[in-house]
Amino acid sequence: MKNPTSVEIELKLLMEAIYLKYSYDFRDYAGASQKRRVLHAMSQLRCESISEMQAKVLHDPDTFMELLQYLTIPTTEMFRDPDYFLALREQVVPFLKTYPSLKIWIAGCSTGEELYSMAILLKEEGLLERSIIYATDINPQSLEKAKKGIFSLDRVRNYTGNYQAAGGKYAFSDYYIAAYDGALFDRSLCENVSFADHSLATDSVFAETQLVCCRNVMIYFNHALQERALGLFHESLCHRGFLGLGSKESIEFSGHANGFEPLVKAQRIYRKR
Amino acid sequence: MENFKKIEAIVIGASAGGIKALLSLFTQLPANFRIPIIVVLHMPDARESRLVEVFQHHMAIRVMPAEDKSYIAPAHVYFALPGYHLSIERDRSFSLSCEEPIHYSRPSIDILMVSAADAYGESLAGILLTGASQDGAQGMLQIHEAGGLTIIQDPNDAEIATMPQSALDLFTPDFTLPLPQIQQLIFRLEQC
Repeated sequence: MKNPTSVEIELKLLMEAIYLKYSYDFRDYAGASQKRRVLHAMSQLRCESISEMQAKVLHDPDTFMELLQYLTIPTTEMFRDPDYFLALREQVVPFLKTYPSLKIWIAGCSTGEELYSMAILLKEEGLLERSIIYATDINPQSLEKAKKGIFSLDRVRNYTGNYQAAGGKYAFSDYYIAAYDGALFDRSLCENVSFADHSLATDSVFAETQLVCCRNVMIYFNHALQERALGLFHESLCHRGFLGLGSKESIEFSGHANGFEPLVKAQRIYRKR
Repeated sequence: MENFKKIEAIVIGASAGGIKALLSLFTQLPANFRIPIIVVLHMPDARESRLVEVFQHHMAIRVMPAEDKSYIAPAHVYFALPGYHLSIERDRSFSLSCEEPIHYSRPSIDILMVSAADAYGESLAGILLTGASQDGAQGMLQIHEAGGLTIIQDPNDAEIATMPQSALDLFTPDFTLPLPQIQQLIFRLEQC
């Protein structure tokens, strides 16, 4: 490996500073996309260098909160990868129906697209009322957005096709009220949702769950942090519980590969051994 | 032609017309061609593309999807997966990300090339082929600035000239060549 460049040293120092000052741990995030996002934030925050931005971030919590919005990546769609949700519906839900009550963890829920997709699916399968959903993220602004459940109407209209392909039983528009350019989602979907600030890098397990969904979150982690997160999921899941990952994520090469077996391999749905 | 520095990886960006161009570059590659080749090929709305199968069918060398966290190995051609940006980390492993599309594309050629330039520096070769996009111009420039080797398809030879021309508007690469000569050049890189 080459010697680190000045920018790489600055990046490392910035992540260390953020950890020491604000306890947010980005030190084990994958480097390339982190560098892109920090450089983007640097130009948006009108700083000449990462070091200059570090000084601002250390002395001004508001600047840190701004930077945090660049460091975390919001998910893009509801029912992203419809085949995944269809597989959940057809192959996981029958097992979930055997439990008198359910706990489901959406780890890294971001602005809530994944959460609302899951809540709609559970509602249509008659499971929502007996479920508690933990929606966790490290970004308080994303959690606030998720709680509000208001999404851009343009985008929501595009999700309709996904919803149908995911086996949706009704009209997608039944779940939201359109007003101006926003779509406000049915409040009852979130009645049993517990929103919480939780970090896969620094926090521990908080509940025993039957299903954990963590999609397109661990791609931003390095190997070590990915191992930690998978360890948390394994610990949180009940005997024979289910784990759903993003369409290009897998656990085959991880130290936890033996802790899970694939249930629907193509859709990255696993089951605890 | 001068002697090249030792090349440890080749990154290639292609868009419209790219399948044909890539097939003509790759079909003659022997199975033991050691330098790993990493490709971003834009596909129109291809959620589950069959690029890997299609290319493997025509090639002796092993073709693989670029999987998150996997390490780059010699004697492989890797294709970026649709719907995700592809980066190369400094430890020469792949990482995927879902950031917004760039130049309407995800995967983005720029993202692959900029990260590869960081990881490999002067031991990287970048090749930009036909396409109706501006993606790749910035990436090729960064490879150039990091001391890597840059090869752009001659716009007159390209099915769609926009993409190679956008890069040529930005800087002067080491080579501007039609496909048959690019193919020969790839073979020569192995002999350095």
